Amino acid sequence: MTKKIKNLNLNFGPQHPAAHGVLRLILELDGEVVEKADPHIGLLHRGTEKLIENKTYMQAVPYFDRLDYVAPMNQEHAFALAIEKILKIDVPIRAQYIRVIFCEIGRILSHILNVTTQALDVGALTPSLWGFEERETLMTFYERASGSRLHANYFRAGGVHQDLPKGLEEDIAKFCETFPKIINDLESLLTDNRIFKQRNVDIGVVTKEDALDYSFSGVMIRGSGVPWDLRKSQPYDCYESLEFKIPVGKNGDCYDRYLCRIEEMKESVSIIKQCLAKMEKGPIKSLDGKISPPPKAEIKQSMEALIHHFKLFTEGYRVPKDEIYTAVEAPKGEFGVYLISDGSSKPYKCKIRAPGFSHLQSMDYLIKGHMLADVPAVLGSLDIVFGEVDR
Amino acid sequence: MKNLEDLEKKINSELTTKINNTEIKHNQIYIETDKEDIIDVVIFLKTNQYTKFRQLIDITVVDYPEQNQRFEVVYLFLSHEFNQRLIVKYLIAENEVIPSLTSIFPSANWMEREVFDMYGISFKDHPDLRRILTDYGFEGHPLRKDFPLTGHSEVRYSEDQKKVISEPVKLEQNYRNFDYESPWEGTKYIKEEIENNDKKN
Repeated sequence: MTKKIKNLNLNFGPQHPAAHGVLRLILELDGEVVEKADPHIGLLHRGTEKLIENKTYMQAVPYFDRLDYVAPMNQEHAFALAIEKILKIDVPIRAQYIRVIFCEIGRILSHILNVTTQALDVGALTPSLWGFEERETLMTFYERASGSRLHANYFRAGGVHQDLPKGLEEDIAKFCETFPKIINDLESLLTDNRIFKQRNVDIGVVTKEDALDYSFSGVMIRGSGVPWDLRKSQPYDCYESLEFKIPVGKNGDCYDRYLCRIEEMKESVSIIKQCLAKMEKGPIKSLDGKISPPPKAEIKQSMEALIHHFKLFTEGYRVPKDEIYTAVEAPKGEFGVYLISDGSSKPYKCKIRAPGFSHLQSMDYLIKGHMLADVPAVLGSLDIVFGEVDR
Repeated sequence: MKNLEDLEKKINSELTTKINNTEIKHNQIYIETDKEDIIDVVIFLKTNQYTKFRQLIDITVVDYPEQNQRFEVVYLFLSHEFNQRLIVKYLIAENEVIPSLTSIFPSANWMEREVFDMYGISFKDHPDLRRILTDYGFEGHPLRKDFPLTGHSEVRYSEDQKKVISEPVKLEQNYRNFDYESPWEGTKYIKEEIENNDKKN
């Protein structure tokens, strides 16, 4: 006698701790093997692009913090670069270094979160406790520079909002000395850990060809052996003058992606060190009064400064009619802004290209044929943050 | 091809009539084409050994409500091999159905779903054209310029019905859109008055 067995449909999320946010994943299971995965996203959709169309360029910056909220400044960077290219303004060298330092801090922030929570998803608790302590230190740096731990709103077209406070450079330098030891500690917990390897090696393998076809970027494409990093191939700000290596994986599985992230953190530390060494005193934003606001003290003295200040914070600066796509290497991959300006002080259209969107799309391809228990491992190594996927 | 100008020439000479216009701007190539030719153009760009735009970065649409052909569909491509970026665009009218790229780039799937969700543009031969970012049962297409910023309906939990209900948006205060036009140039109504006076004189 044959018995008909129906596949089981399982709802993974939207309230699952391993879903890294509000993901509703509908899994079709044959026993414990996943036959099909259908991610339902949009539960965190806030209409960022629509809101940006209704705000001036300066008012739009905070929305970028709220995309990938574990590495806020990297997103602001893409937007600032887009405006700068249209306006054709130069960024003072000190501002470039400050921006790169904070982008790399953002990269470390994001990678610590990802590596440790991925470990948590496959059963290791300690890394997250150790890692989050470091994140706290880094977020204090964010706070000291911008006034806010998370939603920094620090980058501006033409530079950054304000100069680093006294002592911050030294403290970041001190952190760069102590942090590599923490990475080694994390590695000693995970890299050769038998359980961690069993859960990650040969899971969620992506071939080179598929990585291209599925629009992968960042660690997802480098893990599959494609040496592609926008900081090297299409350098922006002062990345050209810095020396760093691009870690590349071999097998394209979850474990290789983990290794890439660990190596990238080490590279980020070295980049920050180089920036701190090269940094000199100087202006931190464009000197063009039509774009960056004057210092507070000047407003009390100069009529022109007062007018500039008033116009910048009411109308905002106008951006000539143009269209441009700029991308930066965010921790998760290629984060791009497709900006269309129409000559007014508000963007006509601002399409945000989030790396996580295309990564999550491939969930069905990655997980087909794997066991149910591999879902959190794959999801963890995709490095999904719903702020940017849902926008 | 490494050189942008050579690449532009190559694309123009190979695709001839399928290309309406090319332009190099901000170190990227912008190509204008037609809805009918888009599949051929994309296949050429992806497979030709001199172009090799192997990665589809994004698909989006720009809405110009005052134009006859209201929507501009935009495709962003990246070539790892030659380190080039390319943008392909074409104009369509409202309610036009456009071809889907899912058979060429599997990643086009969600991008096209997003376009469908946000602008209401349908794709021919798309395997799974559902809404993606908005709520289940959502009505309207939010990124169209004529869609209000506040939306049409809001949800709340109703104590009486013991469930989440959806009702039309009620605003205590209208959304304020200030006119920041430079007072030195004169606000709109003053400008109009001046113009009228000029005409009279």
